[in-house]
Amino acid sequence: MLSVTCAGFGGQGVLTAGLLLANVSMVYGKKITWVPSYGSEMRGGTASCHLRIGDSEILNPFFSSIDTLIAMNEESVDSFQEKVVTGGVIIANSTLVKNKTFRDDIRVAEVAATAISAELDNPRGANIVMLGAAIGATGLFPVEDFADGIDAYFGKKGRNNPLNRECFMRGAQAALDL
Amino acid sequence: MSYRLMKGNDALAEAAVRAGCRFFGGYPITPQSEILEYLSSRLPEVGGTFLQAESELSGINMVYGAAAAGFRAMTSSSGPGFSLLQEGISYIASAELPAVIVDVQRYGSGLGDIFQAQSDYHQATRGGGHGDYRMLVFAPSSVQESVDLMGLAFDKAEQYRNPCLILSDASIAQMMEPVKLPEMQEVDPDKPWAAKGKNGGDFKRITSTMYYIEDFDGYIKAKFDSMAAAEQRWENVEVEDADIVLVAYGISSRICKEAVAIARSRGIRLGLLRPITLWPFPTNAFKEVNSEVKAYLTVELSALPKLEDDVKIACEMKTPVKHFLGGANIPESSAIVEEAVSILNSREEVSWLKN
Repeated sequence: MLSVTCAGFGGQGVLTAGLLLANVSMVYGKKITWVPSYGSEMRGGTASCHLRIGDSEILNPFFSSIDTLIAMNEESVDSFQEKVVTGGVIIANSTLVKNKTFRDDIRVAEVAATAISAELDNPRGANIVMLGAAIGATGLFPVEDFADGIDAYFGKKGRNNPLNRECFMRGAQAALDL
Repeated sequence: MSYRLMKGNDALAEAAVRAGCRFFGGYPITPQSEILEYLSSRLPEVGGTFLQAESELSGINMVYGAAAAGFRAMTSSSGPGFSLLQEGISYIASAELPAVIVDVQRYGSGLGDIFQAQSDYHQATRGGGHGDYRMLVFAPSSVQESVDLMGLAFDKAEQYRNPCLILSDASIAQMMEPVKLPEMQEVDPDKPWAAKGKNGGDFKRITSTMYYIEDFDGYIKAKFDSMAAAEQRWENVEVEDADIVLVAYGISSRICKEAVAIARSRGIRLGLLRPITLWPFPTNAFKEVNSEVKAYLTVELSALPKLEDDVKIACEMKTPVKHFLGGANIPESSAIVEEAVSILNSREEVSWLKN
């Protein structure tokens, strides 16, 4: 079972990234729980969601040890780095996370997600770049399978943007290159 | 049938529609507002009616009216809004009408806060309004169980002509899990007891004044006794050989299941008794527990223990009953295991002193 926290500013698509991860995991037969945490702040405050993904029934949806942290901003690294298990993974959005000291007992994939999504002319796809990096770094699913899952998810909603797949693949590649 | 990823609140709402609910009257309050949002567009699709009332008081009284006309009707609320529903629930119970009420529990007294809690236990299980009634109280511990119990709640409400309560909480309501939904059900509102105009037929009256029943005391007692005997529901996990049995419902039972798994992997005989109905409290579940059990430990997301009272009654005070509380801080499964171990150790010390 994998415990994943996805965190950032409200508006960065943090909950959506988690939702995509949950949905595609479900379609591929995994058991999942997705728990949001909005905080009491208005827009621009901190948002996070917490997922457990496994092959058997998820007992407790809450967890205090994180296997994979998707950190969209510096505050997320500050809040959650200490909870990452030894040997765990942090995906850090290096466009916004700068000059941070990371623990040396964890793997860190620094991916310039905000810059990559802007370059691909899909500025709201930074969360999907990060998701790509997370799949690339953890090997939770084959990258192509997961990309198909994203297409299917947005396709079902009748608004698939092919740039999302590109964002995802660039993120996955960035993590695999590290 | 394939799985759908749904939020607890949305799943409750869709399950109500599929159970034949065709009327909702209520007022928004976090963390249950998604139920209203969902039904505001969904109910008109199936020919139902959604009404955002000016307050919880009017919402529950609209439900009273829709139920009297024979329709499957519901309302939902949380925290202070649930308090406001109590008078209307008492009226519906007294008029012997079916209805489903949802309470998505939030933390604290007064305005409190919007996060998860299990503090409404007494209000939910004792009949939060005035007079002599109880509601069947169903406590889902997952999004799937929210769906399953919603259908059951409507059926039982009609069977007993009594309001039923779904007692959820902010965490189950806001979390997402894959669910399988039941088929859509159409329910005929043309009940023999429904008030729908005389139209040349018999005169019918729906009233909450019951002086016309000769043995009112005996009638009410028999009605609720039969519900208490027939409707207990529970899930027991590894209680047959347990030295300590956790008792928890809803979201805290999920944490306890993890605690049982951790404890068992360490050779500690921990079990879990999970009430699915809170009224009637599943006293029969205690018959399956190891007769040599050392103690019960309730795990409750509230600042004051409440479930503990019912466990003491169920085990007739023959076994020590302890509590582990949380709410503002969600208890960790490892901390629950440590507490169980410390109860076991302290009891061993006591017996050693006696020797």
